[in-house]
Amino acid sequence: MRKSLLGNAAFVALGLVLAFMPLSGYEEGIVALLCINCIAAMGVSLLTGFTGIFSLGHAAYMALGAYTAAIMTVRYGVHWLPAIVAGGIIAVLVAWLIGMPTLRLTGDYYAIASIGLGEAIRLILENWQSFTRGARGFPGIDSYTNRAVSVGFFTVLGIGMFNLIYSRLGRELKASRDDRVAASLMGFHTPASRMKALLISAFYCGIAGALLGGYMNFIQPSMFDMMKSTELTAVVVFGGLGSMSGTLLGSAAITSVMEYFRDISQYRMLIYGLLLVVIMVLRPEGLLGDRELWAFVPSLRGGVKRSEAREGGEGR
Amino acid sequence: MINSRVLLELDGVDMFFGGVQAVRDMSFTIMDSELAGIIGPNGAGKTTVFNVISGVYSPTAGSIWFREQDITPLMAYQVNRLGIARTFQNLRLFGRSSALENVMTATQNRYRYSFRENLRGHLSPSYRPDPDYSYSFVESLLHVRNWAGTEKRIREKSMELLDRVGLADRANQAAGTLPYGMQRRLEIARALALDPKLLLLDEPAAGMNPEEVSALNGLITGIHRDFKLTTLVIEHHMDLIMEICPHIVCMNFGAKIAEGTPEEIQNNAEVLSAYLGDEPDAHEEAVGR
Repeated sequence: MRKSLLGNAAFVALGLVLAFMPLSGYEEGIVALLCINCIAAMGVSLLTGFTGIFSLGHAAYMALGAYTAAIMTVRYGVHWLPAIVAGGIIAVLVAWLIGMPTLRLTGDYYAIASIGLGEAIRLILENWQSFTRGARGFPGIDSYTNRAVSVGFFTVLGIGMFNLIYSRLGRELKASRDDRVAASLMGFHTPASRMKALLISAFYCGIAGALLGGYMNFIQPSMFDMMKSTELTAVVVFGGLGSMSGTLLGSAAITSVMEYFRDISQYRMLIYGLLLVVIMVLRPEGLLGDRELWAFVPSLRGGVKRSEAREGGEGR
Repeated sequence: MINSRVLLELDGVDMFFGGVQAVRDMSFTIMDSELAGIIGPNGAGKTTVFNVISGVYSPTAGSIWFREQDITPLMAYQVNRLGIARTFQNLRLFGRSSALENVMTATQNRYRYSFRENLRGHLSPSYRPDPDYSYSFVESLLHVRNWAGTEKRIREKSMELLDRVGLADRANQAAGTLPYGMQRRLEIARALALDPKLLLLDEPAAGMNPEEVSALNGLITGIHRDFKLTTLVIEHHMDLIMEICPHIVCMNFGAKIAEGTPEEIQNNAEVLSAYLGDEPDAHEEAVGR
C-alpha cells in the first residue's frame, strides 16, 4: 500500500541523512550510540508497549548479544557482520528457553521473574571466568561499529519493526495486550503471541548489545545490570506505550540529554530522573501516548477516506 | 431445505465453582442453521453455559460435542478455531484500537473450511487460517508479495461487516469511545468476521433502549438468515427471545427447567414461577401480550 511505501521510504531517507550528514568525530559517535539505543528500545517497545509485558531484565539480552559477538570476533576471528547477527540469534534462543516456562505469567508477575532472570544471566557472565573473563570485562573488541554500520542496522531493523506492527502480528499483539480472553476467543493462542513478541524483542536487544560491544571496544557484565534494564523500559514508557515512533523520540531525547550533560556526569542520573518526573507529570501517557507521530498529521491519519470518517473522526 | 444435522450437543454438563453449582446437568442440542435462545433470570448460569461451550472454563463433568467432535478438553482458542465465535455480556472490545481494527483483528483469523472437512462433518485438528486473509512472517516483515493485497482484502471484508451492523461511518473511532449500543454491534461484527459455524450472543440487548432492541432483533434475524449461521442467544428479557427464536431453553438456578417453542415456554408453569414467583394474576399480565 502507498502509505507503507511512504513510511519505508521516509525511514530510508532518515537513515541516509544520519549516515551521510557531515559531522565531527564526536558527533558521529553520538549518532552511532543513538542508533544502538534506538534498536534496543524498539525491541522493548514491542514487548512492553504493544504486547503489554513489562520486562525489567532486557539488558541481559543485550549482554548475550555483546558477549557472543565479542567472543566470536576476538577469539575465533569471525567477521563482525555474522557475529552481530549471531548475537541476536543467541539472545533469541535464550529468550525462548526463558519464555517457555515464564510467559504463562502475566502482568507484574512476569516483571518480577524477568528481574531475576536478567540478573541470573549477568551473574553467569560475571562468574564464567574462563569464557567471558568475568567481572574484569572483555577488552580488545574491534571497533566494527562505526556510524555507517550502526545507522545501517538501525534502518533495516527499524523498517522491519514498523512493518511488523502494521501487519497481522501487530494486531495480534495488541489484541492479547488489550484483552486476553477476547483474543483467545478470536483464535489467538495468547502465550504464543507473547512468545513471538519476546523473541523479536530479544533479537533487537541482542543486536543492539553486539553493536554496543563494537562501539565501546570493551564490555563488562556490570554494563548490563538492572539499571540498564530499567532504563530501556523507562525510555519506552517515556516515549509512550504503544507508540513506536514515540519510543524512537524518547530514546533520542534521553540519549542526547545524557550526552549533553556528560561533563557533569555524577549528576546525570539526577537529570535523568528529573526528566522522567517532568514527563510523567506533564504527559502521564508518555510523549506521544499510544499514537504514532504521523497520527498528528491530519492528512495521514486513519485508513478510511476523511469524508466517510468525518462523523467519528474526532476519536483516535 | 432439510438439514437436521446436530451442530452442538451438551451432554450432562456440570460446572461447579467450589461449592457453587453454577450449571447442573445441562443437556441440549442445537441443530445446524438453527436460531436458538437461552433464557433465565439473572444468575441462572446462562453465561457460564457460554463460557463452558467456548472453552473459557472446562466443565466439572459432562461433555460438549461440536460437529461430531468432542470439544470438552479444548482450550478457548482451539474451540474458537473450530468455528465457535461469541460476544460478551460485559463487552470485551480492544478499546484503544479503532472499530475497524477490532474487526480486522478477527478477519485475519478467518477459518478455512475445506469441502472435505464439511463432508466429514468436522474439522481436522490442524488449524489453517484462510489463505486469502493470511500471509507469512517474511511478508509482514518486508511488506512484500501478498501483504498489500491481503491487507486490502482484510480491510474491505472488515468494512463490509461494519457496514452490515451499521457502523461504517464510525470505522476510525476508538472502540472504547463508541456509545454502548454501537459497541455491542461492533462485537457482533467482530464475531462474524471469524466466519464462524456457531455464533454465541451473550445478552446482546443488555443496556439497550427499546428502539435499539428492536433494531437488534432485525440485525440478529438478518444475520442468521443472510449468513445461514447457527445462532445461540442468551437473554434475560423474555420478549426479544420470544420474538425471534423458535427454539428456547429456559434455565433457573443452573439447571434446565424447560425447553421448547416460545408457546410451550410461555405456558410452562415452572418458567412462569421462575420469572414471576407464584402469583397467578401476574402470570396473566406477563403472558397476555
